[in-house]
Amino acid sequence: MHDIHTIDPVSRIEGHAKITLHLDEDGGVADARFHVTEFRGFEEFCRGRPLAEMPSLTARTCGICPVSHLLASAKATDAIHAVSIPPAATLQRQLANLGQIVQSHVLSFFHLSAPDLLLGMDADPATRNVFGLMQTEPEIVRGGIRLRQFGQEVIESVAGQRIHGKGIVPGGVADPFTTEKRNAIRSGLDEALGSATQALALLTSLQDRFTREIEVFGRFDSLYLSHCAPDGTWEHLDGKLRIIDAEGATVIDQLDPADYRSVLGEAAKHDSYLKVPYYKPLVTGDDPRPGMYRVGPLARINIAERFGTPIADAGLADLRERTGRIAASSFHYHHARILEVIASLERIDGIIDDPVLLDPRVRAQAGINARRGVGASEAPRGTLFHDYEVDDHGVITAVNLIIATGQNELAMNRTILDIAREYVDGSTLTDGVLNRVEAGIRAYDPCLSCSTHAMGQMPMVLQLLAPDGDVVCERRRE
Amino acid sequence: MTAAPTPRPGGARPSVPVTLDGTDVLAHEGETILALARRVGVPIPTLCQLDGLSVYGGCRLCSVEVAGEHRLPLACATEVVPEMEVRTTSPTLANHRRRIVALLFAEGSHVCAACVASGACELQDLASENGVDHISYEMTFPRTPVDASHPKFILDRDRCVLCTRCVRVCDEIEGAHVWDIAQRGNQAHLIAGMDQPWGEVSSCTWCGKCVAVCPTGALAWQGTAPGELHADPGLIAFLTDARDGTWDDRAGGNERRDDEEVAP
Ligand code: SF4
Ligand code: SF4
Ligand code: FES
Repeated sequence: MHDIHTIDPVSRIEGHAKITLHLDEDGGVADARFHVTEFRGFEEFCRGRPLAEMPSLTARTCGICPVSHLLASAKATDAIHAVSIPPAATLQRQLANLGQIVQSHVLSFFHLSAPDLLLGMDADPATRNVFGLMQTEPEIVRGGIRLRQFGQEVIESVAGQRIHGKGIVPGGVADPFTTEKRNAIRSGLDEALGSATQALALLTSLQDRFTREIEVFGRFDSLYLSHCAPDGTWEHLDGKLRIIDAEGATVIDQLDPADYRSVLGEAAKHDSYLKVPYYKPLVTGDDPRPGMYRVGPLARINIAERFGTPIADAGLADLRERTGRIAASSFHYHHARILEVIASLERIDGIIDDPVLLDPRVRAQAGINARRGVGASEAPRGTLFHDYEVDDHGVITAVNLIIATGQNELAMNRTILDIAREYVDGSTLTDGVLNRVEAGIRAYDPCLSCSTHAMGQMPMVLQLLAPDGDVVCERRRE
Repeated sequence: MTAAPTPRPGGARPSVPVTLDGTDVLAHEGETILALARRVGVPIPTLCQLDGLSVYGGCRLCSVEVAGEHRLPLACATEVVPEMEVRTTSPTLANHRRRIVALLFAEGSHVCAACVASGACELQDLASENGVDHISYEMTFPRTPVDASHPKFILDRDRCVLCTRCVRVCDEIEGAHVWDIAQRGNQAHLIAGMDQPWGEVSSCTWCGKCVAVCPTGALAWQGTAPGELHADPGLIAFLTDARDGTWDDRAGGNERRDDEEVAP
């Protein structure tokens, strides 16, 4: 056995991801930890605020996926008002979420992961970034930039000009949609779909280069959780949850997100501010690890039977040819992301031709009709829960947020452990290890500002710790 | 609040010679420096002053320099006298105004990003117009509980700048006198009724005038999301003009004058 070295979260190196690898007595890697920060004090910050402020407040707090927070938060406020929002508002919110999935996944793939994938994990870090890629694959990079812009425009058409848009409000959305906006989206769709299918073809062609990584990067059994329609169709914003096991068997279906506490527990950790959610029925003691589940693109494509749109479904069938029904390796998060970009674009295509989208009735007005409300959405990185309690006047008394990165933390630790066991040799940490650990984490696209660093380099500190907690080796990347 | 209403110059021709920023102008008898400046198009920042309400003279943002005076008289509360020499801009005044605005920010919790009034807030406007781009005072970040007890409206005292517009409009125009300021100095705060939750004050008629005149996001309609509040301070001059039959005395005839009332 070994001692877990306690790291004071306050001493976390600013702007760096910190990863510790814990050696056992025989010099093998026994454990790995990715030390995540979270919205510190967020729950406290919201207490006492009026309900109507919550969507904007939460969106401002997380700068990385504000639209996801806006949506989950707005849904929680809808629940407290006990309203079902007008159909046009539902469509507008769906558009915003689809736009968010597109822009976020595209950023993750083209800007952050593609350099690893196209230039190779052992390439010089100085050029293994989006700028290096611009030299060798300018068409790909340009397509990615335009695609991201398209996603951004779809978001803005609903949420307003600025990124922390105020268009998504309790009871629906602020403004009716317009034909101008519809036409603008329509005119950009073909090119967007073209770039996305190109990216998919590229990624598919690369699979054979990465057989070892596919084996090593988080290929393990776990549960998966996401929204899913009752008939098994991919879902991103509305409806209920499904949990499947490693073989793909349904564990729980059509769970109301408001009942998340019936199956999800949250372990407080001494070395991180993040609470670690786990699947309760599999955990008996203090160790949450048996309750590990994965959320996000990989979970969604493993859970869904189909996307329900032709191009994405063809791509999904193709992936399943290789992986079987369940894609177990976290390496396939990349693939799942591109498939979701395509599915989102196809869904956008369907929504903008729906005449209901232009209905001017977009907001339900109501008072405080429930003391608690839960809103959930599929953020790009995974299922997001906002759980609010209010007093009689709608002032917030309690907030609980469950974010994707927290839910994936056990799986990220496991992924790093697997990578470390495969690539760490002796007591030194090489660049190759650093790069692969980074890529392993990046597969999950964790929501840390450092992980979305524009340069494509994740500033990180990787430590190898002896059983007594001494640092045997440390590598830093700025 | 029993002070006389803001003097309204009648149809008479202006006859009092005054120098305003070096230019000779004619003022009406009994006209305030502020009214004169506005009439001739010289901007002076204001906060507590609102056409249609009595003069309060609390915020001191409208301070100007008058030749021969050591103190900085308030433009909203000082009537012109013949041969008065007024300066509305100077380094001293700019500094003075910046300090006032910065102090208002420092003593409240003004998180604009999450505020209902953001984008239509007079405090924000004053900050940008007076070049307040940072606050060097220690921020107090008070956390006074919001009063959400009223079925229609909500009060967040941490955004209140104690301008007393709500106090005056409720007393002078609506006649309900729901609001008062309790205590003084940095303890001063707005109270409803006999320091009750607003929803329990039976004299409130739910008219919403206080919400219409509040320069910040302190008073808002229930359920207003950040950035959605648009106050309507011009409403009051519209009402008083209608009541007093003074439409024609005002530039622009009987049009609602909210364009002039919202901070320029
Ligand atoms: S709503 Fe009208 S009556 Fe009630 S406090 Fe405001 S101004 Fe006074
Ligand atoms: S609540 Fe608004 S109108 Fe009333 S004193 Fe405070 S800032 Fe002025
Ligand atoms: S506007 Fe003159 S003191 Fe406030």
